[in-house]
Amino acid sequence: MLPLPDFEWLAPTTLADLVRALGEHPTDTLLLAGGTDLLPNLKHGLHAPKRVIGLRRVRELSLIEESADGGLTLGSGVTLDTLANDARILARYPALARAASLVASPQLRRMGTLGGNLCLDTRCAYINQTAFWRGALGGCLKRDGDVCHVVPQGKRCVAAFSADTPAPLITYDATVELVSVRGARTLPVAKLFGGDGVKNHVREADEVLTRVTLPAPARGLRSAYEKLRARQAIDFPLLSIAAALTVGDDEVVTDIRLVVGALGALPRVVRKLEAHVGKPVSPELFDELARAAHTQCHPLSSLGAEAWRQDVVAPMVKRTLAALRASTRE
Amino acid sequence: MDDSPAPDGPRTFSRIGQRSPNIRSFDAVTGRTRYTDDLSFPGMLHAKLLRSPHAHARIVSIDATDALAMPGVHAVITGKDMPVRYGVIPWTQDEYPLALDKALFVGDPVACVAAVDEAIATRAAAAIRVVYEVLPHITEPEAALEPGAPKLHESNKHGNITKSVQLTFGDLDAQMAASDAVAEGHYFFEGMTHGALEPHCAIGLWEPHGVLTVWSATQVAHYLHRELSRVLDLPYDRVRVIQPPVGGAFGAKSEPFALEFCVGKLAMLTGRPVKLLYTREEVFYAHRGRHPMKMHFRVGAKADGTLTGCDAKTLIDGGAYASFGLVTTYYSGQLVTAPLRLGAYRLDSTRVYTNKPACGPKRGHGSVQPRFAFEVTLDKLAEKLGLDPIELRRRNVLDVGERTINEFLIKSIGFRECLDRVEAASGWKQKHGKLPLGRGVGVAGSFYISGTNYPIYPNEMPQSAVQIKVDRSGRVTVFSGLSEMGQGADTMLAMITSEELGVDLAAIRVLSGDTDLSPVDLGGYSSRTTMMAGNACLHAARQLSTSIRAVVAEKWACAPKHVALAGGYATERQDTSRRMSLGEAFRLAEAKLGALGAMGSYNTPKDVHGDYRGGTIGASPAYSFTAHIAEVTVDLETGVPRVETIWAAHDAGKPLNPMIVEGQMEGSAYMGFAEAILEEHVIRPDGLHRGPSLLDYRMPTSLDTPDLYSMLVETADPEGPFGAKEAGEGPLHSSIPAIANAIYDAVGVRIDALPFSPDKILRALRAKGAA
Ligand SMILES: Cc1cc2nc3c(=O)[nH]c(=O)nc-3n(C[C@H](O)[C@H](O)[C@H](O)COP(=O)(O)OP(=O)(O)OC[C@H]3O[C@@H](n4cnc5c(N)ncnc54)[C@H](O)[C@@H]3O)c2cc1C
Ligand code: SF4
Repeated sequence: MLPLPDFEWLAPTTLADLVRALGEHPTDTLLLAGGTDLLPNLKHGLHAPKRVIGLRRVRELSLIEESADGGLTLGSGVTLDTLANDARILARYPALARAASLVASPQLRRMGTLGGNLCLDTRCAYINQTAFWRGALGGCLKRDGDVCHVVPQGKRCVAAFSADTPAPLITYDATVELVSVRGARTLPVAKLFGGDGVKNHVREADEVLTRVTLPAPARGLRSAYEKLRARQAIDFPLLSIAAALTVGDDEVVTDIRLVVGALGALPRVVRKLEAHVGKPVSPELFDELARAAHTQCHPLSSLGAEAWRQDVVAPMVKRTLAALRASTRE
Repeated sequence: MDDSPAPDGPRTFSRIGQRSPNIRSFDAVTGRTRYTDDLSFPGMLHAKLLRSPHAHARIVSIDATDALAMPGVHAVITGKDMPVRYGVIPWTQDEYPLALDKALFVGDPVACVAAVDEAIATRAAAAIRVVYEVLPHITEPEAALEPGAPKLHESNKHGNITKSVQLTFGDLDAQMAASDAVAEGHYFFEGMTHGALEPHCAIGLWEPHGVLTVWSATQVAHYLHRELSRVLDLPYDRVRVIQPPVGGAFGAKSEPFALEFCVGKLAMLTGRPVKLLYTREEVFYAHRGRHPMKMHFRVGAKADGTLTGCDAKTLIDGGAYASFGLVTTYYSGQLVTAPLRLGAYRLDSTRVYTNKPACGPKRGHGSVQPRFAFEVTLDKLAEKLGLDPIELRRRNVLDVGERTINEFLIKSIGFRECLDRVEAASGWKQKHGKLPLGRGVGVAGSFYISGTNYPIYPNEMPQSAVQIKVDRSGRVTVFSGLSEMGQGADTMLAMITSEELGVDLAAIRVLSGDTDLSPVDLGGYSSRTTMMAGNACLHAARQLSTSIRAVVAEKWACAPKHVALAGGYATERQDTSRRMSLGEAFRLAEAKLGALGAMGSYNTPKDVHGDYRGGTIGASPAYSFTAHIAEVTVDLETGVPRVETIWAAHDAGKPLNPMIVEGQMEGSAYMGFAEAILEEHVIRPDGLHRGPSLLDYRMPTSLDTPDLYSMLVETADPEGPFGAKEAGEGPLHSSIPAIANAIYDAVGVRIDALPFSPDKILRALRAKGAA
């Protein structure tokens, strides 16, 4: 077995205790929610924390609260399994439920949390390896080295954004709350990510992600999520696509969101879609959106098969759009 | 060897042929089985290997001072502590337990630490300082053959070649020239690994009176026994190997490995029990998986479909060590000559060393790759001839009693029935060439050996022996050196014993895999166990049955042949009211004859192969036959293939236990499908494994797996126990070419390189203008 490094283990039961313990020496403390990402990374020697704080005993983090207008606030400790099966989420935010249902495997979804998924480290064939393997390679920009093997002349780590739930959350205009001893702040999910794998979240080391707030779905909102992966379970996305269209009673589109993940370090919000607003929902519109995504999305070799992944952006986008589902009140 | 006690008429069975759960399954699925890593001993140390980070490097020096100074560290050993070459094939021993002068691949073990726990051992291993002189390395087999290429094994007389075999049978050139059609292809079979659930694990225990016991998750306790004694310089009779139940192997554990020598040596040095468990990453470095092969095949036929000749040229990428490579090289050529008759055949196979984890035997050793090339070439040939691919095969099936072009004697063959069964079950006639674009069916056939006719080290002793002890309690104990690894070998012995002695399965204990307790069996490889241990068991059981029946007959004053042992009783056949419990019969016999036991053994017939050089390799007492039809869909926009269904028909002779045979067929079809579509064991040009983990080495999940239909075709093989032949490896072969041929039927593109990944398919579709 690959051994874990030695560290001090704390398991506070209240948010206040958690934030205090994290604030003591934040730069060498790590948070562990389900541990499904952190434990493999620790075993691979990617981190050597002095302290690890478990979040599972903090009850406040696993609540789901309804807001008066029909939105939801999800604690960061809500499991992916809950996200995939909660009737309210299935009805109001079907793309989020679907994204959660496509993560890993049933066992991992029962352990893995929303917060852990939002804070998932980016992934790359050169970094998600054992310490022995990385040593034989000679390290890379992200750790123990000075070159990036994906973009050799690059100055930042472009390891792939690989979490499933952020893309749909972005299309729903969700926000996250970060809490530290210094106070609390709220950010749009789209602004949480740093774009450099060396520090791929804007979260400061002393902050804990406490909850995610989803505004009530707009009238006429239709959304979907699709994922390209090698196997029907276990695998991280090779491409992930979240789409949300707002459609009037006349079937005319009034808003378009398209987010593609598993490219570089950031989820790509496909731009310049305004020109398509005002068009009726139709196969032609879907083709045009797929073409826009194709020209803006460039998978990298961090996950391999990049040329093929580029080729299938358009068909995957079309399939996602063909699967759009209206939000309802359960 | 049927000397069935039934007096008249065909033999009827009471146990054989019944669907019977594997006697080890309940414990395995309820977590009760104690695998090697579940064993622990007082004072046990844990060992860890330090491995080379370089693909090819001279070891200049090793300094373990810091490691030895760490609290909890008991010993460090290096190549110098065991400077004896080993290897499973006596002629090609080229491996040291720990690299002596050079490390030959990334992951080659160079030192080993024993410490009080695994974490300390891991840290101590990292504290060993090795100075390397990095050498140029090779990862492509062609590069290994170039003049001036860096040489891996300096003492090898043939550069980087492990083995090269050229054989011609019949007048190939004339046959090809006389062909009405010739099809060909350049094929690439990527490396694959086994992916057994249980990682390699071994424990060494040294007793001061000079006996070394090694528990190991091995398939070959006997070969391990020999090599431990040789490498550790211990008398052959002072080594004991115990093989606890193995959690899957598929060929991955069929030779000795660094860990077994290291735990033995460290136990001797420290006087403490020592355990070493490989991490999953280390299992990928231990490897011995399927060899990557580059193959060029040409097959010709007359207009009526009669096959004229086959011309095969194969370059085999062996990795850093020989392993079973000598045999692999022969198998890659020798095992395409059935089930179809060839007018002539030429094979030219060369295995080379490269700086990668060593390849070896994986389920269908050496022959899965050429089978893919051959069966796809046949599909191309059928198209050229305008013949249905099943019909083309049917016109060339070998007959019982015939010899293959390379002179293997076929004593039973049910291949025609295999073709009929899959053709009917799949609806082939309504489907082949007739399904809409994006959906198709493909067929392939194959054969495999039921054990190798000759042992790996030359000797004339039996290949397998089984001892049975009958007890006055009514219990029967079967001792065998065979290797139970989930495949049901223990169950096979229990069923044969039950059939012969009439005892209930629950009254039979099978004690296998312990070189002190059990007579020698050469191990669990080459699908030899049912044929060889099965026959040895039958031999022992029949001796006991004869003695016991004679005693009972004497008491009843009837002829011994009129005493039947079945259903827990001895019964007089002509007056079934006369019966006694078997316990009573055993007591009667014990009183009369003394303690009851028998030794059975089996050796192979020596007249079933040709007497040209190499003619024994690939020869077997019996051959199994398989046909597969696969139905696939291909997504025209993404190139993603999906195998929807596989129909498999297999001639395993008399299926001793249809449930287990079907399990083997399903497992084989699954494994073939996995290699066809997803798996690939890739070493990067820099010598690093592309992803030594089960996340990156993608084995299909249950959701990816096609519907599998297994159909048994029964033949009575004259050599097999009760007519049985192998079922563990044969049914894998045809699934890969059947899928390849189905992809062609679906979308009209040939993917001649494994795996059939969506990027390759999409590229081919685009090149053809179909996507
Ligand atoms: C085999 C396998 C397959 C997988 N497949 C997928 C997949 O397909 N898609 C996918 O998205 N993920 C996948 N994962 C990753 C993982 O299971 C999920 O992303 C999961 O949601 C992570 O949640 P967790 O609670 O286990 O995170 P943890 O491992 O506990 O934490 C992950 C990271 O987030 C940080 N963190 C956790 N909670 C907080 C918080 N509240 N505030 C601040 N920081 C926090 C941790 O410090 C850590 O850096 C896979 C993992 C494995 C092992
Ligand atoms: S993208 Fe480059 S820097 Fe980042 S992990 Fe991969 S190789 Fe390292």
